[in-house]
Amino acid sequence: MDKSTGKVIGITGNMVTVKFDGNIAMNEVGFILVGDQKLKSEVIRINGDTAEMQVFEMTQGVSVGDTVAFSKEMLSVTLGPGLLGQVYDGLQNPLPELAEQCGFFLQRGVYLNALDGEKKWDFTPTVKKGDTLRLADSLGTVPEGIFEHQIMVPFTMPEDEYQVISIAKKGSYTIHDEIAVVKNSKGREYKLTMIFEWPVKRPVKLYAERLKPVDPMVTKVRLIDTLLPVARGGTYCIPGPFGAGKTVLQQITSRHAEVDIVIIAACGERAGEVVETLIEFPELTDPKTGKSLMERTIIICNTSSMPVAAREASVYTAVSLAEYYRQMGLHVLLLADSTSRWAQAMREMSGRLEEIPGEEAFPAYLESVIASFYERAGLVQLHNGKLGSVTIGGTVSPAGGNFEEPVTQATLKVVGAFHGLSRERSDARKYPAIHPLESWSKYEGVIDKKKVTYVTDILFRGEEVNQMMKVVGEEGTSLEDYVIYLKSDFVDYAYLQQNSFDPVDGAVSIERQQYVFDQLFRVTVGEFTLDDKDEARQYFNQLRQLFLDWNGVSWDSDSFKDIEKSIQDKIEEKWNSSDPHAKSFSGK
Amino acid sequence: MRKVYTKIESISGSVITVRAEGIKNGDLAVVTSAHGTSLANVIRLKHDLVSLQVFAGARGISTGDEVRFLGKPMQVSFSDNLLGRIFDGSGKPRDNGPVLEENMIDIGGPSVNPAMRIIPTNMIRTGIPMIDVFNSLVESQKLPIFSVSGEPYNQLLARIALQAEVDLIILGGIGLKYDDYLYFKETLEEGGAMSRTIFFVHTASDPTVEGLLVPDISLAVAEQFALAGKKVLVLLTDMTNFADAMKEIAITMEQVPSNRGYPGDLYSQLASRYEKAVDFKDAGSITVLAATTMPGDDVTHPIPDNTGYITEGQYYLKNGRIEPFGSLSRLKQQVNDKSRDDHRALMDGMIKLYASFNESQEKKSMGFRMSEWDKKLLTYGELFESKMMDLSVNIPLEQALDLGWEILSTCLEPDETGLRSELVKKYWPKEA
Repeated sequence: MDKSTGKVIGITGNMVTVKFDGNIAMNEVGFILVGDQKLKSEVIRINGDTAEMQVFEMTQGVSVGDTVAFSKEMLSVTLGPGLLGQVYDGLQNPLPELAEQCGFFLQRGVYLNALDGEKKWDFTPTVKKGDTLRLADSLGTVPEGIFEHQIMVPFTMPEDEYQVISIAKKGSYTIHDEIAVVKNSKGREYKLTMIFEWPVKRPVKLYAERLKPVDPMVTKVRLIDTLLPVARGGTYCIPGPFGAGKTVLQQITSRHAEVDIVIIAACGERAGEVVETLIEFPELTDPKTGKSLMERTIIICNTSSMPVAAREASVYTAVSLAEYYRQMGLHVLLLADSTSRWAQAMREMSGRLEEIPGEEAFPAYLESVIASFYERAGLVQLHNGKLGSVTIGGTVSPAGGNFEEPVTQATLKVVGAFHGLSRERSDARKYPAIHPLESWSKYEGVIDKKKVTYVTDILFRGEEVNQMMKVVGEEGTSLEDYVIYLKSDFVDYAYLQQNSFDPVDGAVSIERQQYVFDQLFRVTVGEFTLDDKDEARQYFNQLRQLFLDWNGVSWDSDSFKDIEKSIQDKIEEKWNSSDPHAKSFSGK
Repeated sequence: MRKVYTKIESISGSVITVRAEGIKNGDLAVVTSAHGTSLANVIRLKHDLVSLQVFAGARGISTGDEVRFLGKPMQVSFSDNLLGRIFDGSGKPRDNGPVLEENMIDIGGPSVNPAMRIIPTNMIRTGIPMIDVFNSLVESQKLPIFSVSGEPYNQLLARIALQAEVDLIILGGIGLKYDDYLYFKETLEEGGAMSRTIFFVHTASDPTVEGLLVPDISLAVAEQFALAGKKVLVLLTDMTNFADAMKEIAITMEQVPSNRGYPGDLYSQLASRYEKAVDFKDAGSITVLAATTMPGDDVTHPIPDNTGYITEGQYYLKNGRIEPFGSLSRLKQQVNDKSRDDHRALMDGMIKLYASFNESQEKKSMGFRMSEWDKKLLTYGELFESKMMDLSVNIPLEQALDLGWEILSTCLEPDETGLRSELVKKYWPKEA
């Protein structure tokens, strides 16, 4: 079938209207020929013989009558070995290579291959002639950094059973070399290489079963792992006003999260922050593997000044890469910062299409688009029995810091955990600034739920007392209430707050969290002999100081044991009894 | 040969449409009317219908006026001859000097490849303790001054410009009051900085649309100088006028407004300007300081809100002082560990104490009893406000840090400061 062509008949911002002949498909990619440049665009509406296309580049210099060449293909990413460690823009152009070719600026109309075509990979076949394969079944493996990269039957082939006719011998090949020939049930033969293209807006569903996410994804942030856990294969969102620490929290998670692969989608945010990751990651070592963190990371970076339409594409590019690695039985974490910018990109296009606007001019389909994006996360059992997962964590930048706005609300409907950042906490330099009472999680954590609920209850009551004290003053508060307030303050400082710049406190293992939490729990259930408020304040200040010091020493050191002893002595010093309501589950 | 069109199909706000062929998006045209000529640029094409925004406004333009397309986008001359010159919003001289037409460069060019940026490491010293000590300004930072109208934000900008150690200053004025324009000019002349300054000034009395070009022109010129290895400081005042001009055009073009009438692409538009701030690998840098007046002191208004999400912090100017709580420099961590070993600790310590002072003050105003500690804090707060926060204070960073210790020592005991003992031992002023 011939590829269609068309002519530009209208231009508004980054949207062009095209009159075409032949057939074109929705979301098909076309190139506008401007002088000697080709501008990548995507069909977003078809009406009779005209189509609206969003252009992934600036449209300056485009004129009516320019030719458009359609490609017959949807917007796709290249999947194959060599993705890890790469830095791509939203359309999967490798940025360092682009810099080599074009210098300081992102020249429009320059598209490079996503993967190195020269590099040789050591291929080890895992199938033999005559074997029958399904889509996404492995043909063999190549080592990619710390992983065994599975070379799979391309997901894009028609659903069928394929018989292996020939398979390459063990040896080194480039991604373009033929490594297998397979035949479908009707006898048609397919030549396979190590790479294939996948349309980004289509979810990969080549698994046996999708399971309920249960195992926690450890982030090593106490507040998250203990109070607001995230499960492998789950979804969570971090809304917060500017300056509350969304990006810092994501950066910390990208370093410490216990997953196999991290994909960072910097979508419409500052270039400076991406640069930090770009420059620092190769120097940091992953404690699990001892290799550079970059070896398990892919960065998709479409910063705020890069063209808007590519920003919309970038989250899909990122999630497609995540799904690809999930098919190999790996656990992938996708961090999208920020989904609001992606939603705004949709809003801009919707406005140009003159669609009837919904709330705050976001398109009416905002909710369903957000939902279908987060639904691409999940824990799955593959056909070979292995488990793989994609966890999605997205930040939201609500206008004016107000969580009532459409993007936050649409996101809250579909995610499994909500980590809301609060302006008050960040102003008070309490980091991470996740509000412990307003946020929630539907996932199971690693710490006994009853105990966590008890502590949350203390936090809640402490907050009530604090509010009351603002009206009646310290004088008008009973000692009993005052102690509850002190306990909540103690939990906040000694456990919830965490210094991410500290080498020890920055990342806390699950074992340590459980251990420290047990001590902390003893303090919260304790009823102490305290005579007046001054004594109470002093006592809790001392406890707090001990815990802060404790958080600063490494897990297996002697000082850890010493401080633990001091804490126990301190608790015994004023110990009276433990809260009878807590006896049933405290075990002490 | 460029064709001349003499039939204007429609005029609405400052947007006109003509029927013409072979026109490119973004191209420039000259509109000649009985009241003079103005530049205009193409903002929408639909079949042969071309929409142009007229920089001088459409007032007085008749349907029979002449539109001549120049076949090129907006450009500005770039050379060392720009130094010391003053231009208006569309790049025409305002100072009776010659028109510059050599080495024309496009404005609003593509964005910088993130792979070619580096992590900034140089502090820009301003002599203002609230900036140097508490929220250090860093080379290549983009930072707005959030302020209520009536606050001395232009004075602050002028002062920073004069004292900052940069090679080049570019002032982009958008809807700048004429008095403020003269103030900038006089201050920079008196300070002897005029020879390394370029003005692109659109004043409040000029047509609104012309102001839209100022950030792009200023930043395009800045970019060229930075590529030539210069450290450039760009001042943009006031970006609220820029956003309002954008709103005006968007509404004339019948675009669906998103929030309080502002176009849906406000974030992207502002970002594409602010993101020009850059530290180039092996070349110069651009630092952008902008003024953003907050309508009604409302930080959740779309303009400051979107700006805050884009920029690397903000200085919050209120009651003639830079507020320590609303203000933030996201890049300060990159530089304040290299200045002096007490910098970070003193910065955090003094702010925490100032926060406690605010609480004590609140308690006092509610009529609660004042403890000894509260009284100490009240003295501390007053000293802090008069000696540190006052904008007239002008001392180098090291002196400001010493001043900090002095303030602490006059009203507090060492163990009340929450600072590490080794620092106290090193810096606590000895009794005279």
